[in-house]
Amino acid sequence: MSLVKIHSHTAIGSEIYELTFVSPVDLQAVGCEPGQFLHIRVTDSFDFLLRRPLSLCKMDIEHNLVTVVYQVKGAGTKRLSEKQVGDVLDVLGPLGHGYPLHALDRAALLIGGGVGVPPLVELARQLQKAGKVVHTVVGFQSNQHAILISELAAYGAVTVVTNDGSLGRKGLVTDELTNDFCSSYDRYYACGPTPMLQAVQQILEKHKLPGYLSLEERMGCGIGICVGCVHKVSRDGQEMNVKTCKEGPVFAAQEVLFT
Amino acid sequence: MRNVDLTVPFLDMNFKNPVMPASGCFSFGREMAALYDLNRLGAIVVKATTLDERQGNKTPRLAETAAGMLNSIGLQNPGVERVMSEELPYLTQFNQLPVIVNVAGTAIEDYVMVVQRLSDMDSITAIELNISCPNVKCGGIQFGTDPAMAQSMIRAIKEVARMPVIVKLSPNVTDIVQMAVACEEAGADALSLINTLIGMQIDVEHKRPLLANGVGGLSGPAVKPVAVRMVYEVTSAVSIPVIGMGGIMTGVDAIEFLMAGASAVQVGTANFVDPYACIRIIDELGAWCDAHGVRAVTELIGAAKA
Repeated sequence: MSLVKIHSHTAIGSEIYELTFVSPVDLQAVGCEPGQFLHIRVTDSFDFLLRRPLSLCKMDIEHNLVTVVYQVKGAGTKRLSEKQVGDVLDVLGPLGHGYPLHALDRAALLIGGGVGVPPLVELARQLQKAGKVVHTVVGFQSNQHAILISELAAYGAVTVVTNDGSLGRKGLVTDELTNDFCSSYDRYYACGPTPMLQAVQQILEKHKLPGYLSLEERMGCGIGICVGCVHKVSRDGQEMNVKTCKEGPVFAAQEVLFT
Repeated sequence: MRNVDLTVPFLDMNFKNPVMPASGCFSFGREMAALYDLNRLGAIVVKATTLDERQGNKTPRLAETAAGMLNSIGLQNPGVERVMSEELPYLTQFNQLPVIVNVAGTAIEDYVMVVQRLSDMDSITAIELNISCPNVKCGGIQFGTDPAMAQSMIRAIKEVARMPVIVKLSPNVTDIVQMAVACEEAGADALSLINTLIGMQIDVEHKRPLLANGVGGLSGPAVKPVAVRMVYEVTSAVSIPVIGMGGIMTGVDAIEFLMAGASAVQVGTANFVDPYACIRIIDELGAWCDAHGVRAVTELIGAAKA
């Protein structure tokens, strides 16, 4: 747990903000995995009691800065959006397990939806740095909700779809996941709303492409003590509830059960 | 330099300080042991343990409220056998840490079997009987809201328990003093209160309860005045020691409970917000005593009743 200073804080879309602050850990010494999250208190007082888990979007090792991107969804994130450059934030993390990188992979398919797109930016950067071909498919409600496309484009091809066709093709990310298209990749990495993840899991299982899903559950502690954020998985033929904060938020796609 | 005696006598022993994490808010200690030395705690109360493994309720299990939170975890735990073989042995390395195991179930027989198994372990300091969980459909809370049922439970447990029995009371009753007196009469060695208050939050966008379970237990600073009142009333009516809890976030909050008559305190929700809450509260408690000329924390117990 650290008190860290806000470096920049800007609106990048409709009620969507990019927040950069000093890393609570020394990135040169410890680093962060893409897909890990930071647990942030929005006030010092007890009115908004719980921390907000926000996934790591970018890290700047040289300046020891980390960036998260979030959407204002309620009074807590609204309060966070009012924080100014120079303000101090109470941050716990990085927490959880992120996306594993596989040394032998040649090409990775990244799939993101809405405010699930941010962790794919750091993932794309690390994959490209490791010499992999990266192709990202992202879906948004509309042009107004589209975020981080140019950042992703710096690391590989980006296919954009929107529900209303106002940017890229009209449709859903799953429309792009044909057998032919997916056969070029060794693995996929997805983050987005639960219905999207469920559809992605089903389609890519059919195409026999292994991958990872980053899950979202309401969290209490972020460190595995409250057991509030569990998700059902199947391991060794047994169904069990595992803690999303501690064992996830990224899970191997084949073990995740949606009920 | 601070020279405050933080020890408190409790259940025929001395706790090095009166602060312990509340059950369900610290898991079985492993995650927290990565952050600080658990020997610094007065004691540890581990997660509710049931006879068989429980996977708990569906998600969402948590909701934030004004100055509090609702939970409906549903007693997820690996069951008593695995708690004994996989979880409790880990805590034996903390040799200055009294270990209290919270026990839950759905029938008296379940509770008795769990306590019988736990009685084989010398490393357990006490049992905390959870007769007040609002998040299991059958059992649990019915024992905590009916004095006669609570007495039957306690008598059955006292026959098999080789360690002291603390009974954790529910605030979801009309008369908590009546419950407390009934528990003392039945042989409870100590009481802890309060468990969570039953609450509910509606997701107005979707026109339905936010928690998958519908209702959940309210905790956090929002419940503290209710908890302090109940500790004050109960400690005036019984002669066994009482552990107070409910919304303790700071050392001063803990002092309120001690002054209301509690002999020790448990810290719950605060651990979720600040993983270092328990040791911070111990430090704040000592600093407050120091600043106020209090040489022993025991001087504070029941001080508001003088």
